[in-house]
Amino acid sequence: MCKFELNDTNKQIIIDVCKANGNSAGNVIHVLHGVQGKLGYLPAEVQEFIAKQLNIPVSKVYGIVSFYSFFTMTPKGKYPIDVCLGTACHVRGSDKLLEEFRRQLGIGEGQTTEDGLFSLSTLRCVGACSLAPVAMIGEKVYGRLTPNQVAGIIAEYRDK
Amino acid sequence: METMIALTIDGHFLQVPKGTTILEAAKSIGIAIPTLCHYKLEGQGIENKPGSCRVCVVEVEGSKNLVPSCYTECKEGMVIHTHTLRVIMARRTVVDLLLSDHPSDCLVCPQAGKCELQKLALDLGLREITYSGSKSVYKKDISAAIIRDMNKCIMCRRCETVCNQMQTVGALSAINRGFEAVVGTAFEQKLEDSTCVMCGQCVQACPVGALSEVDNTRDVMKALNNPKKTVIVQTAPAVRVALGEEFGMEPGSRVTGKMVTALRQLGFNYVFDTDFAADLTIMEEGTEMLDRIARYQAGDKSVRLPIMTSCCPGWVNFFETYYPEMLDVPSTAKSPMMMFGAIAKNYWAEKLGISREDLVVVAIMPCVAKKYECKRDEFQVNGNPDVDISLTTRELADMIRYLGIKFDQLPNGEFDRPLGESTGAAAIFGATGGVIEAATRTAYELYTKKALGKVDFQQLRGLTGVREATVDFDGTPIRIGIAHGLGNARKLLDKVRKGEEFFHAIEIMACPGGCVGGAGQPYHHGDFSKVEKRLNAIYEEDSSMPIRKSHENPYIKQLYKEYLGEPCGEKAHHLLHTHYFDKSKKNYGL
Repeated sequence: MCKFELNDTNKQIIIDVCKANGNSAGNVIHVLHGVQGKLGYLPAEVQEFIAKQLNIPVSKVYGIVSFYSFFTMTPKGKYPIDVCLGTACHVRGSDKLLEEFRRQLGIGEGQTTEDGLFSLSTLRCVGACSLAPVAMIGEKVYGRLTPNQVAGIIAEYRDK
Repeated sequence: METMIALTIDGHFLQVPKGTTILEAAKSIGIAIPTLCHYKLEGQGIENKPGSCRVCVVEVEGSKNLVPSCYTECKEGMVIHTHTLRVIMARRTVVDLLLSDHPSDCLVCPQAGKCELQKLALDLGLREITYSGSKSVYKKDISAAIIRDMNKCIMCRRCETVCNQMQTVGALSAINRGFEAVVGTAFEQKLEDSTCVMCGQCVQACPVGALSEVDNTRDVMKALNNPKKTVIVQTAPAVRVALGEEFGMEPGSRVTGKMVTALRQLGFNYVFDTDFAADLTIMEEGTEMLDRIARYQAGDKSVRLPIMTSCCPGWVNFFETYYPEMLDVPSTAKSPMMMFGAIAKNYWAEKLGISREDLVVVAIMPCVAKKYECKRDEFQVNGNPDVDISLTTRELADMIRYLGIKFDQLPNGEFDRPLGESTGAAAIFGATGGVIEAATRTAYELYTKKALGKVDFQQLRGLTGVREATVDFDGTPIRIGIAHGLGNARKLLDKVRKGEEFFHAIEIMACPGGCVGGAGQPYHHGDFSKVEKRLNAIYEEDSSMPIRKSHENPYIKQLYKEYLGEPCGEKAHHLLHTHYFDKSKKNYGL
C-alpha cells in the first residue's frame, strides 16, 4: 500500500472543495465530507491542510474527524467490506460472520489489509433484512451468508 | 433604559436586568449555587458555560425539569428554589456519576485540597460512589511545563475554552465520542508537539487534577540538601502579592518580607530578587527602544517598529509559532528571570569564586511557561542552565508547608545584596502595562534629559484587554499599545500587521491581568476579583519604594560600571540578549 502524499494535485482537490464551501469554518463538516469523497480518507496531513484553508485550529478538525464514525483516517481497501450488525442480521448470527471475515483477512474493524485490497467495517441495516445476515462488498449485497462461504467470496475478489 | 425582570429566589424578591442568568441573580443576593463546568473571568469577556455538568441545577416553579442556572436566563415572575431536597439529590447523583469514572487517588493528587470536584463531593456529603463500571484510561502526557493526566478529566471543557477563546492557541479540542470523549490535541499528539505555547492557563482553569504543572519541588529540596551546592533564589514581582492567599490571607496581601524569611528558613544561601533583573531589563530594553525610535526618526528604513516586550515566555512561544515574519520585531532583551540567571552564573559566581556547576539558581515564578523557558537550548552553557529550576507560586507554598512554617506569623526579612535591590519600576512588571510603564519612566528621562515630574502613567494601567495610549516625550508623541491574554495580543498584532495602527512600542503578556493572573499563581477558580486585588497591590508596592525608576537603582549602576559597560554594549549584548526561532511549522490552522 503506497503512502499518501499531499502533492499538488491533492492540494488542489482540497482547495477546490474548500472554495466550493466558501472557505467557511462553519462548513468544515461539508468540506471533510467532500475531501474524503475525493481522496478516500483523511490522513493527518490532509486535516492540517484543511485547517489552514479554513483558518481554524487543526485540533478542531481532528475533533470532528474523531467524533463522526463516517470519517476515517485509514484508507479503505479496493474492496471495502461492510458487515451488517442490524437487529435482523444480529439474530441470524452476523457476529459469527464478522468473526470469520476478521479471521480470513487477519484484520480488525476499521482496518485495511496490507495489500490494500480489503477493508473491514460494520454498519447498521442496509434495508435488506429479509436476506439476513447481510454483508456488502463495495456496492454488491450478499444475503443469507454463512461463515463457511466467506473464504470463497474473498478468494473470488482476490483473483479478480 | 435597561429592561428589568422581577423574580423570587429562595423567598427573596429581586429585580435584575434582562439577560441575567439565574446563577448571576442568585449571586447578587449572596446565594451561592455550586458550579463545576462554569468558568467566567469577569470583565475579560471569557466565559465557559456549556451547561453540561448539571451541578448548578435549580428548581423553577411550573417547570417540569430542573434547569441549569449558569445558562438559564431569568424570566418575569420566576419563582426559584436553589437548595430543595430534589435539587440536592440531583446534584449528588451528578457528582456520583462523575466520580464513577474518576480515579480515587485523591490523597496523592496534585490538586488535593484545591480540587473543585472534591469540594463538591464534600459539600454534598457523598459517602460512597454508588455507580461502578468502566473507567477511562489514557497515557499521561508530560511536557517541560504541563502534565496532562486525562484519566481525571471530567469534560467540563474549561481548558478548551481558555485555550481557544481567550488565548486563540487552539492546541486543545474535544476529541472522540461517547465514553471515549476527552479534551485532547490534534491526532492525540503530545502537548509538546502541538501548537501549545505552554502559557498554562488551562492548568489555572482545570477544576480537577487533569492538568497540572510539572512538580519541581523535589529537585529544589535535593539541591538544598547537597552541601556542595550554593543554592540561590530569585522571586518574581507577582509572587509577593499572591503567595499569602495560599495561607488563607486576603487576596492582594503584600507578603514580600514574610516570603523572604520563609525562603531563608527553607535553606537558600542567598535570597535575591528577580526585580533586580527587571531593572536591568529596563536598562537594556529601554536603550534598545530609544535606539530604534531614534534611528526610525532619522529615516532609517531598516528599523522595524513597534518594539515589543519579550519578558513573557508564553508570548515568546506564541509569536515564534504564529508570527514568524515578526521575529525581528520583539526586543532581543532576555526576560528578567533569564537575565538574573546570566548575571548570577557569570558576574556573581565569579565574584564569589564559585563554579557555575556548583551554583544552583532557583526561580519562583507566577508562571508555568517559565519551566519551559529555562530549559531552552540557548540558555544553557555547556549543558548547564543559567536558571536551573523554576517553581510556581503554588509550588513555593507547597515547600513552605513541607517545612511546617507558619507563614502568616513570620517576621519580615530583607533581600540580600547586590542582586536583591530593586525599584518600584521593577515591582510593576507583574501587572499588565507595568513593563511598558517602567520602560517609559526610564526612556522618558534618557530621551528628554529631563526629570519626570510624576512617575505614574495612569493611561497605561487598567484591565481592558487591548489598550492604546500616547505619551508625550517632551513634544514627541510616543504611541504605546498594550495587550494581555494572547487573544487580545492577536487582535493588536493583526492591526499592526495590516498597517491599521502605528505604535512605537507594544507590551504583551500572555496571561489575563499580566503575571498577577499567571498560570502558576494560587488558583482563583474563576474569581477574577482576586487578580484585580493582586494588581492593585503591585501598584501599592511600587508607591512604597524609595526609588521608582530602574536607571536610578544604585546596584544596577554599579553593575554596569564594574562589569557590563554600556547598556546594549558588547558584554551586555552577549549576556543579556537572545534570539528567536521560527516554530510556525507546528502551526497548521491559525
